[in-house]
Amino acid sequence: MSIQTFMQHMVNGISLGSLYALLAIGYTMVYGILRLINFAHGDIFMIGTYIAFYAMTAFFLPWWAAFALALVLTAIFGILVERLAYRPLRNSPRISIMISAIGASFLIENLGIVVFGGRPKAFPIAPVFAKIFNFGGVTMVSVQLIIPVVTLVFLAMLVYIVNHTKTGMAMRAVSKDYEAARLMGIDVDVIITFTFGIGSLLAALGGVLWGLKYPQLIPLMGMMPGLKCFIAAVVGGIGSIKGAVVGGFILGLGEILIVALLPSLTGFRDAFAFVLLIVILLVKPSGLMGKTTTEKV
Amino acid sequence: MKKNTRKNIMTLIALVLFIGFLTIADRIFDSYQMRIINLAGIYVTLGLGLNLINGFTGLFSLGHAGFMAVGAYTSAILTMSPELKQMNFFLKPIVPMFANVEWPFFPALIMAGVMAAIAGALIGAPVLRLNDDYLAIATLGFGEIIRIIFTNTQTLTNGALGLKGLPNFTNVYWSWGTAVIMVIVMVLLIKSSYGRAFKAIRENEIAAEAMGVSLFKHKMMSFVLGSFMAGVGGALLGHLMGTIDPLMFRFLMTFNIVLIVVLGGIGSITGTVISAVVVTVMLEVLRFLDGSMDFGFIQIEGIPGMRMVVFSALLMIVILFYQRGLMGTNEFRWEWVTNPKETIATAWKNRKA
Repeated sequence: MSIQTFMQHMVNGISLGSLYALLAIGYTMVYGILRLINFAHGDIFMIGTYIAFYAMTAFFLPWWAAFALALVLTAIFGILVERLAYRPLRNSPRISIMISAIGASFLIENLGIVVFGGRPKAFPIAPVFAKIFNFGGVTMVSVQLIIPVVTLVFLAMLVYIVNHTKTGMAMRAVSKDYEAARLMGIDVDVIITFTFGIGSLLAALGGVLWGLKYPQLIPLMGMMPGLKCFIAAVVGGIGSIKGAVVGGFILGLGEILIVALLPSLTGFRDAFAFVLLIVILLVKPSGLMGKTTTEKV
Repeated sequence: MKKNTRKNIMTLIALVLFIGFLTIADRIFDSYQMRIINLAGIYVTLGLGLNLINGFTGLFSLGHAGFMAVGAYTSAILTMSPELKQMNFFLKPIVPMFANVEWPFFPALIMAGVMAAIAGALIGAPVLRLNDDYLAIATLGFGEIIRIIFTNTQTLTNGALGLKGLPNFTNVYWSWGTAVIMVIVMVLLIKSSYGRAFKAIRENEIAAEAMGVSLFKHKMMSFVLGSFMAGVGGALLGHLMGTIDPLMFRFLMTFNIVLIVVLGGIGSITGTVISAVVVTVMLEVLRFLDGSMDFGFIQIEGIPGMRMVVFSALLMIVILFYQRGLMGTNEFRWEWVTNPKETIATAWKNRKA
């Protein structure tokens, strides 16, 4: 393989990894705070993409307005999901919450099929995102450059919020010890709402960027990325934002490189994530950047 | 002692009546209705398998569809005639080892269960050490891996094309016969010391271990047995449908079975049996939601997919407002029939507890 081809694959892998990272952050934040696998996260991502699609095609908004609208509405949607499906069960056994999450995911998917229709839709791509560059034999579409840059900008914002604001401090406190945080006067419900809002906003961002890269929308499009990004979060160490980003990139690059280096395994591309999951769970269950916790009796 | 004899006789009578019903049903119902009855029986088997793992042992497994796929493919490959195999595998021929195999249904069915159980053991050994959330996602992952492997092994499973023209062995006697045997096995198992160990693990793992219950052994046993049932159920399903392909065994299949278990009551055999029948029948009855409706004076355009919306909403409602499901962890007792007044009174008294 020539160096050009390799670089080409790296570019593809990095933009896919960025998308995975954006989604994985949502999982890791929710899990860090509620110890809940938000199965509906992939479907929230799908909703974000569809909102942007309809804003552009049915309401003729310019792409930037449509994207902004998608981020805001999806954040609200995510908060609603938490209110309706997770909050009533907060003190129930874990198994009930998980079933509720799976139920919510299927409900959103099936509602998506009913409301949006099962037929694939083509995501409109503004010309800004379709410019073609050529760097020494490596061809790039501008969206492949924009995805990592946008991801990094939003990540920097997120890290600032989590590490340097009062809300961020409260979020860290809740994820460390739910009960103690409540005793210290933190309004846990507000923090959880905020977390779901941010997670869903990033999912919507991932969604619109996904739409620009893979412009075919179907109501079930969130299923596989959703599962894979949860895996990315586990691989990186669940609860850690840095870990989610690292996990996302490992997964994105790994998938692309497996297909590139071992073409005979192309059919097994989707299995890569799951194999990675099993390996990491057996070798280092706390993930690459997670803290090991001991169970107290 | 005498009371027990009476109960056993009543159970026996119920069984005979049930077999009588099936025989008559087989004669008078058309093939579409029989298909639903068969499907209900198969879902009883599948639901019991998942309930054993999820409900009685408290391991949240989401890989049921994968084990069903193993069972369905095993039995399909073993029972299809050599000519049929040649017709199916037109892209690449089947591996010579299985090209001329043609087993009767019963051993193939057992083999389907055994292969699924082996898959369950292989997967369970590493995965069952994980706790609830991770276990769920890992089993889900394995279920998907099995499906992806089957999509890619062209010479063994015919890949994405699937297998067509499976012999239609499944009839009411097979589907409900298996279901009845599984119910009996489950009842005996849950009443035994193993069943008590399973429940102890479900209630509190650490306490169970402190009382001398071997966690790994019992988890493994429940998981392998549940996988066996999934394999048998999958094989029966394959021989009922006549065709199988990897897409059939997506997560959606697991979701249907989770739905049955949750609606019936997590940890109740009776609940699973009732809800398997109800859900199967409802899935068919509610098909009208997908088509257009005509009330004479008003016509409603059908919306494809509405049926599944109703089902996912139903699951959400049950889990949000009535987590016990239909039966909670209660089981059917003959006292309900012999002494209905007292049963209702006790139920009323315990309704809050």
